[in-house]
Amino acid sequence: MENLLNIFVKSIFIDNMIFAYFLGMCSYLAVSKKYKTAAGLGMAVIFVLGITIPLNWLAYNFLLKEGALTWISEDFASIDLEVLKFIVFIAIVAAFVQLTEMAVEKFSPSLYNSLGIFLPLIAVNCSILGGALFLPTRDYEFVEAITFSLGSGIGWFLAVVSLAAIREKMAYADVPKPLRGLGITFIIVGLMAFGFMSFGGFELPFKNKEQQQAELEKTSQNTEDVKEVSVANFSE
Amino acid sequence: MSTETLEKEVNEVKKTSEPLLSKKRRTLLTNPLDEDNPITIQVLGICSALAVTVALKPTMVMAIAVTAVLVLANVVISALRNTIPNRIRIIVQLVVVASLVAIVDQVLKAYSYDVWKELSVFIGLIITNCIVMGRLEAFALGNKPWDAMLDGLGNSFGYAWIILAIAFFRELTGSGKLFGIKVLPDEYIGNGVMMSPAGACILLGVLIWIIRSRNGYVED
Repeated sequence: MENLLNIFVKSIFIDNMIFAYFLGMCSYLAVSKKYKTAAGLGMAVIFVLGITIPLNWLAYNFLLKEGALTWISEDFASIDLEVLKFIVFIAIVAAFVQLTEMAVEKFSPSLYNSLGIFLPLIAVNCSILGGALFLPTRDYEFVEAITFSLGSGIGWFLAVVSLAAIREKMAYADVPKPLRGLGITFIIVGLMAFGFMSFGGFELPFKNKEQQQAELEKTSQNTEDVKEVSVANFSE
Repeated sequence: MSTETLEKEVNEVKKTSEPLLSKKRRTLLTNPLDEDNPITIQVLGICSALAVTVALKPTMVMAIAVTAVLVLANVVISALRNTIPNRIRIIVQLVVVASLVAIVDQVLKAYSYDVWKELSVFIGLIITNCIVMGRLEAFALGNKPWDAMLDGLGNSFGYAWIILAIAFFRELTGSGKLFGIKVLPDEYIGNGVMMSPAGACILLGVLIWIIRSRNGYVED
């Protein structure tokens, strides 16, 4: 449980999709002109990330990873389909986005009107595929993967909404002509990223398993040293 | 035969067989370098421009990988353009690009493992690199393979020179090295800001400022 809270906080603030990895920048810059559209796309990203990362986790752990096919038969233990991960991940994302678009269009036209135009954009949003591609390197469990996906989505939402708010205010500023639009936005994003870097200095209250293990080993080693010393002292 | 009909005939011949590098086609190659640059004007492919440009070597590899994927994908999609149904074109494009990226990934893993490790997820993210999808949508779906190839080359060169320029400044000011070789004197202390992606963001902003004030492009 504490571990989950750790992952959640970390994926929102410290490993923010935008400010730490710069994933999903294209749509981030394109839709952050107005607060309302930014919030719409942000919600869509939370939703799609929250569903596709667990789906991709299942695909990776039961289909692609080396030895993942043992649930079918023991003979498949040596099969490694990791080469196919790009195609499988992007196919899952694209298919899911298409399905959601059709479902939303059918059941809730009002939501479709506010969200619908962003859904096709999301299939090619780097943050969705990037989140999926982090899975093989991070070795999450299923519940951890869900927490990570929600945290990353919320982090993206936070980033896009705050940039949109700044850009709306910036309409009143007198920016040099060639710097207008993209140039000044980049500089603002850079400054915001510096701000978010300060979160990196936070010590998280809860340690994950490996850190706990490492600490345990360290303390046990220390006590052993102490013991040895005391034994040595005693023998003297 | 009057001169008019002669001219007409000449025009017709020109239409059926345009020279391989006509003026129009040359602009396909040169336009994306400056006034139609994918990064500074079209705002495509920003993620990788910021994330991989810490040093020149991985940036070079990234530029080559993107060039290979973009050119091949443009040619394949443009060859298939009349057979792809409009409704599912995005998925078809994604599958083509994903297969090409998987090949590039395997080649890099085999021949330059350390760079492959450094680039990690960003090789995979070429799939959703907006330059690739953007050019497929905007150009390859409506043009012949040779034109599409030139467009792919032009755009990937436009992308390459920007990210190489960023990487040059970042590596030089960040660690005093170029291609991993020390060029600044030992007294120089590396600028940590330039090593972080946030520094790249500001650098790119300034670069865009310079380029746009040169070619007079103004956004409203």
